[in-house]
Amino acid sequence: MTLILKNFSGKAFDWLNGILLLLFTLMCIYPFYYVLIYSISDPAKVAQGIFLLPAGLEFGTYKSILSLPYIKTSFFISLSRTVIGTLLTVLCCSFFSYLLTKDRMLLRKFVYRMLVVTLYINAGLIPWYITMKMLHLDENFLLYVLPTAVSGFNVILIKTYIEQLPAALEESAMIDGAGYLTIFTKIIFPLCKPIVATVAVFAAVGQWNTWMDNYFLVNSASLKTIQLTLYEFLSSANTFTGLDAASITRQAQNVVLTPESIKMSTTIIVTLPILAVYPFMQRYFVKGIMLGAVKG
Amino acid sequence: MATSTTYAMKGKSKRIKKDGITLFLLSTPFIIAMILFSYFPVYGWIYAFFDYKPGIPLSSTPFVGLSNFQKIFDTPADLINALINTLAMNFLNILLSPLAIVFAIMINEVRSTRYKKFVQTLSTLPNFISWVLVFSLAFAFFSSDGFINTVLSKLGVDKQIDPIGTESVTWFFQAGITVWKSLGWSAIIYIAAIAGIDGELYDAAKVDGAGRFKSIWHITVPGVLPTFFVLLLLSVSNMLSSSFDQYFVFYNPLVADKIEVLDYYVYRAGIKVGDYPFATAVGMFKTLVSVVLLFSVNFISKKIRGQSMI
Repeated sequence: MTLILKNFSGKAFDWLNGILLLLFTLMCIYPFYYVLIYSISDPAKVAQGIFLLPAGLEFGTYKSILSLPYIKTSFFISLSRTVIGTLLTVLCCSFFSYLLTKDRMLLRKFVYRMLVVTLYINAGLIPWYITMKMLHLDENFLLYVLPTAVSGFNVILIKTYIEQLPAALEESAMIDGAGYLTIFTKIIFPLCKPIVATVAVFAAVGQWNTWMDNYFLVNSASLKTIQLTLYEFLSSANTFTGLDAASITRQAQNVVLTPESIKMSTTIIVTLPILAVYPFMQRYFVKGIMLGAVKG
Repeated sequence: MATSTTYAMKGKSKRIKKDGITLFLLSTPFIIAMILFSYFPVYGWIYAFFDYKPGIPLSSTPFVGLSNFQKIFDTPADLINALINTLAMNFLNILLSPLAIVFAIMINEVRSTRYKKFVQTLSTLPNFISWVLVFSLAFAFFSSDGFINTVLSKLGVDKQIDPIGTESVTWFFQAGITVWKSLGWSAIIYIAAIAGIDGELYDAAKVDGAGRFKSIWHITVPGVLPTFFVLLLLSVSNMLSSSFDQYFVFYNPLVADKIEVLDYYVYRAGIKVGDYPFATAVGMFKTLVSVVLLFSVNFISKKIRGQSMI
């Protein structure tokens, strides 16, 4: 009797647990879905409220938004900073960590200590702002990709990985007379793939999501990131300052564009790249949380 | 014979020395980048001691000593307000942080691996989107023609809710948004900690007649507590810092008094008002308090757990 009761309460717990988890999961996902169906709904019908299915189907908003030079440019800028910034971080951090594994390096201990200290120092917003201006990185694409090129934590992470590789691999190449650059590109870098992939994935998401540097130091429209563009659409004070009103009407003669539908479809456009790499990212979660723990 | 050995050794040590220099030279670009972007900004702290105005070179601005720091202790009302907001919202976040343990345990109790993976994958997604996107989703949900208010009016409720623009709920709303964005991600570290618990403990407990809840309470919870403790201490040492992006995007005139955190205050005083020296002084003061907190918290950790965190 008690056994049956116990089984029953165990089952009940399983169900309750499963349902609660499902509810939270839906809470995480539904906002994305809601914005998606909103963005493809007919703007004229959507005001009555939508829940599970779009009201009518209208891809016109996307068509007209994607044809705006403004959106195209900022999407391209965000994509460029993601690709170039990630490549730069991966190459600089992995080669620097390889060099730091060499005991023979002049001042190695000192350089490594300096690197570790960077994890704990943060000058703060204003000194950073003044320094970037002094380095003439304002109004400059390099502002997006240079400061993150050498990241202390990534270097330490990759260095630890290289140190546990068998030393014999490198020694044999050394005897054959290969230089550091050759050994790094031919032997070490290919062996570091797992850790480099982790670093790359998290760097890429970081680059795609960053826009504060853009907001503080870059005004020119030709260097605007898509995140800031979306932010400007959203902050009601200047909903359409960024959008050239004339070009919208010209582009979208057949479609009624509402501020809401523009916000929603831009939101989807900004989310899609994250969704695209997301399934591929999950393998690196546990390693990545160490990254986050130190950075945050 | 002896001389030839020393000769060979000399040659070898020379080669090692040359090697060391080569390695150093190869690293210089990275060392320079590190100095420029991590150390050089610290030099900017010097502005806190001058009556600097943008546009005039530092060399021709008067040195004012600690007067900018004195201004902090004159305690302008808005600075106090920013401090209260920062502490309140960080305190709420700390109070809600055990939720991640609960969530991790709940996921761990699921029997089906596929369902586990499903929940974990989808609940982690919000962690990877920018705060601009979070704001956009929140707006789509909570604005006056948003999802929630549409549902309310469909249900025949007259009242509308507006958490983005209501001062009295701002702290709690922000804490809720933080939970939504980070719960799945924070749980991962606890799931990893649970996976590291020795399975024999559970078997032994079962033999001793412990049920599921008893096992959770007496084995799983103590098993993740060390991790929780470290994260807790770290967040205490970060008590004065906030995720600037978050409060920046949700900032609006209606809730300004409740959402302005110290980091936002520094931004406003420095970049918006243009008082670089005072803003730098506030930022330095914040850093100083954080460092002191970090070391004291580390000291406590050493005393209690016999283990340093940093």
